[in-house]
Amino acid sequence: MDSYEVIIIGLGPAGCTAGIYATRFGLKTLVIGKEPGGQANEAHKIDNYPGMLGVKGADIMSKFREHAKALGVEIIYTEVVDIKKKSDGFIVKTESGEYEAKSVIIATGKKRRQDIPGENELRGRGVSNCATCDAPFFKNKVVCVIGGSNSAVMSALMLAEHAKKTYLTYRKGKDDMRAMPTWVTSAETNPKIEMIFNAIPKRIEGKEFVQAILFDKEGKEFSLKVDGVFVENGAIPQTELALKLGVAVEEKSGKIKVGPDMVTNVKGVFAAGDVTNGSADFEQIIIAAAEGANAARSAYKYVRKRD
Amino acid sequence: MTAVVAELSDSNFNDFVAKHKVALVDFYADWCGPCQAMKPVIDELAGEMKGKVSFAKANMDKAGATANKYGIMSIPTLLIFKNGKMMDRLVGAFPKDMIKQRLAKMVE
Ligand SMILES: Cc1cc2nc3c(=O)[nH]c(=O)nc-3n(C[C@H](O)[C@H](O)[C@H](O)COP(=O)(O)OP(=O)(O)OC[C@H]3O[C@@H](n4cnc5c(N)ncnc54)[C@H](O)[C@@H]3O)c2cc1C
Repeated sequence: MDSYEVIIIGLGPAGCTAGIYATRFGLKTLVIGKEPGGQANEAHKIDNYPGMLGVKGADIMSKFREHAKALGVEIIYTEVVDIKKKSDGFIVKTESGEYEAKSVIIATGKKRRQDIPGENELRGRGVSNCATCDAPFFKNKVVCVIGGSNSAVMSALMLAEHAKKTYLTYRKGKDDMRAMPTWVTSAETNPKIEMIFNAIPKRIEGKEFVQAILFDKEGKEFSLKVDGVFVENGAIPQTELALKLGVAVEEKSGKIKVGPDMVTNVKGVFAAGDVTNGSADFEQIIIAAAEGANAARSAYKYVRKRD
Repeated sequence: MTAVVAELSDSNFNDFVAKHKVALVDFYADWCGPCQAMKPVIDELAGEMKGKVSFAKANMDKAGATANKYGIMSIPTLLIFKNGKMMDRLVGAFPKDMIKQRLAKMVE
């Protein structure tokens, strides 16, 4: 079994940066990631990462990866399916092999909630989670966006450029929307967008393709005939592996509890990025990257006993 | 271990899938970030499965009619063909091992 001083799980901004720093600290490092790039891939344009004004999220993440590879960081594109603690380290299991590690950094980020009945069955057949990818498929069609966040409102605005009608539905009231007020105003004043509040999605319906979506609004059911449903109802921290190791998470947010140096309650386990409570919910590339760097330093101090 | 990933359009799509015993086609667009993220995964797979599976990608701008024919409404979508017939469909970004397993079933 191949053995490493640190295994980093996740290939988003946090995992990539942790890989770069760990390698430069001289640690034998492996990064394992399911989806190269992580959530930032879906960002149409990044305007707040210093030095990279107006660059596509996926391009920034390609640069992160190329940088890591150029420094000799070993990367595998797969999913970690299990992790176990042993006396002097950890066993990290993927579909294609097992690896041994002295320490691990969990940088698994967040993933979209997928809990509306019909959502998974009709994914790719009208259900989408990525307006930047799929909006052009809905030219002159009727679509519905679910959610009240910046991503939801931005998706609706983007879809309105292609679709003939876009519904933006939110399960709470207008004042509860998390989106920036300027975005909300843009959506409100867009003649192709209709906003519906207090509408809880019950079921997405359709045989081969999406045909309608059923809601509950204050106890009454109603349905919208649509060709597409864009689900933007939030993401959940990916803590399954952390929980297997006994890592403590915050009750309310479900995020991994970390100290200022990205240390968790379990010896040898560090965490970084959107999966932790380190950023006080300010989920940004630069912050995830910084936490990755910090976690790598802590792993180095732990492995080489520099505390 | 690099292998060629062919670039398909509406005009050469059918030929390609008919000509190869097992083929994987990656439908993508320049505007789609998650599609771009699949590139290193597809490139590695093409190397690892060289001789067993033929790999291609189809840009939405050039293979729009084909995408329409297969009911593609979300990208990235991977379609797997055997002897010209569509056998499997993966919508979204998937880990390499999972794609490999789905392909291995076709090669058997
Ligand atoms: C639409 C959108 C727009 C955004 N725009 C901006 C912006 O303009 N500016 C900005 O700064 N931020 C933006 N963000 C936020 C930013 O993308 C996130 O804060 C950042 O990606 C968090 O990085 P991360 O590394 O912690 O997690 P993620 O990006 O979520 O990456 C997690 C990684 O872990 C992998 N993973 C998870 N589980 C496993 C497992 N079991 N095995 C292997 N790998 C696993 C995933 O595949 C992925 O590679 C945006 C986010 C979205 C969704």
